[in-house]
Amino acid sequence: MPTLAHYLIVSGLLFAIGLGGVLLRRNILIIFMGLELMLNAANLSLVAFSRFNLLADGMPNYNGQVLVFFIITVAAAEVAVGLAIIVALFRAKQTTHVEDLNTLKF
Amino acid sequence: MQLALFSIFSLLMLAFALGVILLRNPVSCAMSLVMSFVALAAVFVTLDAYFIAVVQVLVYAGAVMVLFLFIIMLLDLREEKRRRVRLSAWVGGGIVVGGFLSALTQVISALPALDVVKPAVSHPMANDVALVGFALFRNFNLPFQIIGVLLLVATVGVVLLSKKELK
Repeated sequence: MPTLAHYLIVSGLLFAIGLGGVLLRRNILIIFMGLELMLNAANLSLVAFSRFNLLADGMPNYNGQVLVFFIITVAAAEVAVGLAIIVALFRAKQTTHVEDLNTLKF
Repeated sequence: MQLALFSIFSLLMLAFALGVILLRNPVSCAMSLVMSFVALAAVFVTLDAYFIAVVQVLVYAGAVMVLFLFIIMLLDLREEKRRRVRLSAWVGGGIVVGGFLSALTQVISALPALDVVKPAVSHPMANDVALVGFALFRNFNLPFQIIGVLLLVATVGVVLLSKKELK
């Protein structure tokens, strides 16, 4: 049987992969995908905690799963707004490469 | 058996997640991300979270990734030409990710309940969707309404952002 530590380690690895994608990739769309990976890593650890900390009546703690539901909703809204911003950016600059977007750089 | 399923699907998930950040073509990255989400849904099933697993497939692997692919096609992104590899970015990224991983290992190894075996639920055949629904509509009704407003605001914002010229 997998233990809580297994799930937390997998979740941490997934978060690290997403963080690496955000830091290393130069394409703004791939950076966005890295953000999604990090959100999913958080979801995985929330569901694991909800399953491993049973309530007094022996059922999983569904508060964690409701929080995951909210995170998925917010992530969907975030993707819609973020992609609209990327499209507007592409219209203005004709690029999705973050190194070409240095107008605000000091 | 459960450990085998968990290992297979979490390895698949991590492998496809690595594919997202290593592949050059944005479309391959997006497809890899879809597979990663589907494998994560399978990991949710090993945690008896059936509703979350279904929502994961429907919303993430379905709607969100279709939107991603749609934008990739719309912007007509080509395979990235190999730009010069910036050593500083890789060293900095490696340090940050390595530091995060080492901090995480310390925290996890210090957890008191490290090798707690999964406790059995009292009603293994309970209706998962109904239970999540009870929690959602009884204890979290106000946040649920607020999230509806958030979705409305996001929709209006996207429509405004997508207009050709802002007045």
